[in-house]
Amino acid sequence: MDLTILWFGIIAFLFIGYFVLDGFDFGVGMSLPFLGKDDTDRRVIINTIGPIWDLNETWLIVAGASLFAAFPEWYATLFSGFYLALLVILLSLILRGVSFEYRHQRPEAAWKRRFDAMIVIGSAVPALLWGVAFGNIVRGVPLDEGFNYTGSFFDLLNPYALLAGVTTLLLFFTHGTLFVSLKTDGDLQQRARRLATRSGILTIVVAASFLLWTTLAYGTFWSAVLSAVAAVTLIVAVLANARGREGWAFGAMAATVAFAVLSLFLSLFPDVMPASNDPANSLTIANASSSAYTLQVMTWVALVSLPLILAYQGWTYWVFRKRVTRAHIEGAEAAH
Amino acid sequence: MNEWLDPLLLSRWQFGLTTVYHFLFVPITIGMALTVALFQTAWVRTNKEKYLQLTKFFGKLFLINFAMGVVTGIVQEFQFGMNWSDYSRFVGDVFGAPLAMEGLLAFFFEATFIGLWIFGWDKLPRGLHLATIWATAVGTILSAYFIIAANAFMQNPVGYDINEAKGRAELTDIWALLTNKVALAAFPHTIFACFMVAAGLIVTVAAWHLSRNQHLDTMRPALKFGLWMMMIAGALTVFTGDSLGLAMVQTQPMKMAAAEAMYTTATGADASFSVFTLGTPDGVSELFSIRIPYLLSFLSTHTFDGTVEGINDLQAQYVQLYGPGDYTPTIWVTYWAFRWMIGLGLLHIVVAFVGLILTRRKSALGARLLAGRWSRWIWKAAIWSFPLSLGAMIMGWIFTEMGRQPWLVFGLLKTADGVSPNVSGLEVLISLIAFTLIYGTLAVVEFKLIKKAAQKGPDDLPEPHPETGVRRQETTVY
Repeated sequence: MDLTILWFGIIAFLFIGYFVLDGFDFGVGMSLPFLGKDDTDRRVIINTIGPIWDLNETWLIVAGASLFAAFPEWYATLFSGFYLALLVILLSLILRGVSFEYRHQRPEAAWKRRFDAMIVIGSAVPALLWGVAFGNIVRGVPLDEGFNYTGSFFDLLNPYALLAGVTTLLLFFTHGTLFVSLKTDGDLQQRARRLATRSGILTIVVAASFLLWTTLAYGTFWSAVLSAVAAVTLIVAVLANARGREGWAFGAMAATVAFAVLSLFLSLFPDVMPASNDPANSLTIANASSSAYTLQVMTWVALVSLPLILAYQGWTYWVFRKRVTRAHIEGAEAAH
Repeated sequence: MNEWLDPLLLSRWQFGLTTVYHFLFVPITIGMALTVALFQTAWVRTNKEKYLQLTKFFGKLFLINFAMGVVTGIVQEFQFGMNWSDYSRFVGDVFGAPLAMEGLLAFFFEATFIGLWIFGWDKLPRGLHLATIWATAVGTILSAYFIIAANAFMQNPVGYDINEAKGRAELTDIWALLTNKVALAAFPHTIFACFMVAAGLIVTVAAWHLSRNQHLDTMRPALKFGLWMMMIAGALTVFTGDSLGLAMVQTQPMKMAAAEAMYTTATGADASFSVFTLGTPDGVSELFSIRIPYLLSFLSTHTFDGTVEGINDLQAQYVQLYGPGDYTPTIWVTYWAFRWMIGLGLLHIVVAFVGLILTRRKSALGARLLAGRWSRWIWKAAIWSFPLSLGAMIMGWIFTEMGRQPWLVFGLLKTADGVSPNVSGLEVLISLIAFTLIYGTLAVVEFKLIKKAAQKGPDDLPEPHPETGVRRQETTVY
């Protein structure tokens, strides 16, 4: 088997892992002002992802490093080309990450409000910009013969990419509220469920138009099939949520994110970054990849590590499987 | 174009600032993970409450710092592509592999088990919970190995071939890359220095409390432990620094010459180590200096009659080898960074040594000094342990990376040729300002929080159940 194809698959897998996992973290963060009626509520919401947001974010680090190792040209073109967009994503992720840690360090309401706001912004901005970035990759960007991006930051803000951004924003928002509904109980859970239904319907409309645009303009047979599957699982997620089956709803939503991202990767293949100005300048899995030897080494590393990673991360989710309740949070507070 | 908007200069400043900043948190994470694991092991084995209190107390300091380490680490990885895309294209085939291995084999491991440790106190059995902090500690150290192996390639490229058609370096031998002699020497030096930093933090905190006569039951053992760790880690850092110096002389002689600001080649007694030199402002001639004869020869070759090459000779050699150009690092930076690293590091060991003598159980001198009028100054010196060790660490990295200049990858690619060609100076200026502002603000918040948590001291443990005598583990939440 051609290892460049395998590594295209592994990169897709790592980004799918990142978007499925950190995607609901973003949604949980964005849901704070909608669902958190008081400080205990907000703490319950934050603690649904407390033990796991960090390992979810690690998927981005690993996806980035694997991209560097397996497709250095892709990594270099993407990261230097989308410089300001990635800067904003980085700053948002920094603010979000430290806010989880800092908000509970002091009791004053003003202190907590400040970090709550940073969690919301630090979640919404990457949720939007990752969609914009991937929309532009699929749409194609102007590249010179050295594969350097020749456009500007504002060229990235075209209608298709912006629609992609709004789609990921809404997908992650719904994904996150479904997660809150899965991980909490009582009144908060009911409110999360109702919110997920409302945002879910909006998500269906926006995501359907985005997937349709993608299929018509850039799609292949298989990307179209997967878009259709993603649309079905999204509807399943909203219906399951309406019936109070939060486990099914969350699972179907995770599948939706996974199929949608996979559909984007398949519409790219065998390009990795199509050049919009001249197809000869496109980066493909062949001209962007590392040497056969490096890919062989990395394949062994991935074959050994990925099953282990899935096992110990799965176990972590199992350890923290219980719902987070108000009593749980208040009890812990009393202990300090 | 305005010279202030030079993307190369700005990208270098940005990489330097963000790397130094990131590395304030890394040694604390690496060193404290091990320390907390040791305290917790002591608790599990002896059941003594003070060890549990110490575990939780230092665990809290470790955690406040951990989030910063993670989020600033992502910036480091992204910057290679964002600001140094030509570098990434040139070395990605080689350099990307250890970075990806770090992610897949070490960082995932570390990030997962740290979450299990923080939030798992009441969810995992005692032994398994202990295992999670050890897994975290192993993960941090393994992470460091891969990162240092990647860095070592920039200092001493091995295990590659140049593919002329593609215009890039390609990996030919992963084992050679991972056992680069610079990596083998730099790894223990860095890790022991990380332990020095963690030990410094423990001594600083313990001394602060003890000087106020509070939390004696936990802070006395903490001080003792910290001083021993400072002493042992300090000694090992010196020894491993010596072998790193040897590897450096063999692979990057210019760096050693720049460390010494030594312009002419010298042998034996003339190859002296300058402790302190004042020169004319242009740096060409010397006004005053304190020198130790033979020492530089010994450090560079482990013999007293060795020859150490000077900057001018090396510069001439490199012009022959690589064509016209300036192959000299910024001498005042390397010279002073090298001295500050050694000076602060040795001072740190002196503090540990004096501290251990004074706190000996039957030390009459210690008892007298600590009761007398010098006591305030002795405690002050101990409280400065942490900044001393962290300062030494930062100086070491500044020396190592500035001493590599003008190369990005020694002998293969110059720093000027690695920068992204399509990122404008204005864009880099925007990001540099943004990082400086946010990092600066967070540094203030972070310092205040750590200080507050450290000054609060260990919490009392909850009362055991009145009938069963079992103490329930607390739930940890954000």
